[in-house]
Amino acid sequence: MTERVATTPGLFPLPDRAKGQLSDLKGHQKHDLISGSEGGQIAAAYEEYRGEVIDEQQSTGLDRIVEGQLRWDDMLAHPLTTHDNVNPDGIVRYYDNNNFYRDPVVEGELTFSGDVAGELDAATDLLGDDDALQATLPGPYSLFDLATDDYYGDDGEFFEAISEFLGAEVEAFPEHETLYLLEPSLVEHAPNEDLQEQLAEAVDTVASETDADVVVHTYFGALDEKTYAHLMDADIEALGFDLVAGDRQDTLSNITEFGTKDAAALGIADGQNTLVESAETLEERVEWFEDQIPVQEFDRLYLSTNTEPFYLPVNKHREKLAAIAAAANTDEEEVTA
Amino acid sequence: MSRPADNRAQFRPENHPNDHFLLTTVVGSYPKPKWLNRADELVDDEDSKFDADDLEEAHDDAARVITHEHERCGLDTVVDGEVRRNEMVEYFADRIDGYEFNGPVKVWGHNYFDKPSVSAEVSYDEPWLVDEFEFTDNVASKPVKVPITGPYTLGNWAFNEAYETEEELVYDLADLVNIEVERLVEAGAKYIQIDEPALATTPDDHAIVGEALERIVSGIPEDVRIGLHVCYGDYSRIYPELNDYPVDEVDLELCNGGYEQIDVFTDPEFVPDLALGVVDVHTAEVETVEEIKENIKQGLKVVPPEKLTISPDCGVKLLPREVAYGKMENLVKATREIEAELDAGEIDLDEPLALAE
Repeated sequence: MTERVATTPGLFPLPDRAKGQLSDLKGHQKHDLISGSEGGQIAAAYEEYRGEVIDEQQSTGLDRIVEGQLRWDDMLAHPLTTHDNVNPDGIVRYYDNNNFYRDPVVEGELTFSGDVAGELDAATDLLGDDDALQATLPGPYSLFDLATDDYYGDDGEFFEAISEFLGAEVEAFPEHETLYLLEPSLVEHAPNEDLQEQLAEAVDTVASETDADVVVHTYFGALDEKTYAHLMDADIEALGFDLVAGDRQDTLSNITEFGTKDAAALGIADGQNTLVESAETLEERVEWFEDQIPVQEFDRLYLSTNTEPFYLPVNKHREKLAAIAAAANTDEEEVTA
Repeated sequence: MSRPADNRAQFRPENHPNDHFLLTTVVGSYPKPKWLNRADELVDDEDSKFDADDLEEAHDDAARVITHEHERCGLDTVVDGEVRRNEMVEYFADRIDGYEFNGPVKVWGHNYFDKPSVSAEVSYDEPWLVDEFEFTDNVASKPVKVPITGPYTLGNWAFNEAYETEEELVYDLADLVNIEVERLVEAGAKYIQIDEPALATTPDDHAIVGEALERIVSGIPEDVRIGLHVCYGDYSRIYPELNDYPVDEVDLELCNGGYEQIDVFTDPEFVPDLALGVVDVHTAEVETVEEIKENIKQGLKVVPPEKLTISPDCGVKLLPREVAYGKMENLVKATREIEAELDAGEIDLDEPLALAE
């Protein structure tokens, strides 16, 4: 029987109260964004809202709890834009969206930071005994793709340095059940042949630093065949797929051709549209996926929005989380019965 | 096919000093007087006696002030600075049936946008801009231009819950814009500008924008000047396709990029009139008249003087007000000087920049 796990990729929208309060405390300009060394009222505000989004997940019944990544002003580039040897430079477009982030220009060695571990330590203090923590990070390729190298001088070396940096960050994480590595760049700006060769090893460099289940989640569409095939060589628990995107048939072709892991993560609710899918609709999407892959019964299916949900207004995001939790729990009720 | 762009003569002032006439205009938005921002907040304060009627009066006052400020700069066509509008999508979404608001979403850092959702088929409810136009037209001694956010941007910068495809939503919105343009024309408007900043971010949709424009101009008399404003993008991805748009004029932001992209428009020949951005709206330094004259000559590389309109790159609302004024004032001075030099035959139209180099 397949276990269904209700979860989220993380990177929540800031609660509406926090939007006003933090912009008043921090300012609107690019040099006002998070540096990693904030304290006082700003740190206290983030602590309060971290508690709020964890509460929300607990009461919604998610099976994994994320820290919420409310501090990630630069979205997936955050682990670099807060690094001492990185200069967060001009404002650049975040994938094909109307969102922008500071371009992290790496100007020195990517030494250990501990920024994300600090967030997860704080989150751990807020969890109940039965709660399972899920850590979220950009996957090594996406972080490589979002950054600008002004130090390593060679793509291969830079990619390796990024994966080693992420690995060291993971090593410092508190105990966690699951690690989500978000890899939209594998879809949006697929790696060239050389980087494809390095891909599985880069993922393993990060994944090997934790005992948790590691999910490499992809979105904004389907992976191309070659990238998929290389990614399958990584030693992880699950690959994550965007089932909302129009090209989901290509995802099925990849799975049919190259197989997949014993578990999978399914992006079934649209993280970029306010239309709230009912639990039944989400359930149908899961069943559609299972029906299309008849040769394989999955040990576990992680269910979530396809993308990070910060694109959504808070009220609709809450409704989507509730629908995902309900879709995962329908299955549990059937098991009980 | 581009519309026949022979409708610019109506904007030539009677006492125009030169034989040549380069139409000067603005894209639309202008810094709001600070007191107006306070008034916008005050009306929401329950403890205050300041009510909706007071706010309307404040908006009227501000519209009058900014319209006259444009006239003092010497512009040939004026706008009220869009002082009544809060944001270029929100303002319209608020007035169109089918839109709803769910709360702000992040754009970058702590900058948010109250991105609306289209939760039902869109339909025309109340007029959007007719009152605004009539007021401005009454207080202005110069012709008034009316900027309208275009259907592609109204669709693309919203969550689409109700339509199978964004394209269908955009076409329905275009039909509503057509209704609004008809009403504006009935009220006497002669110069309409469709703002489509979203096109620059998704240039592959240029055909959708073209079809939407066809719907917008359907039934609109040819003496009404229809412009299209586009900003911040890779123009090579929408050119030469935009030559087929049914508009009289295309307004482009090019100063900000140092005219790096100007050559994109020299081959094939630019069909509509070109409204050229000659001052940068992202720098708080006022360009000198000499600098702006060089910028105007960049436009002469693309179109002859009789097809050239002069404008700022984009709306100037983010600039300090005195800087915005200074830029407009110098824009007009530079234009009049270029016209005089053209009259005197001092500019070689085959190589307009050669004299400067």
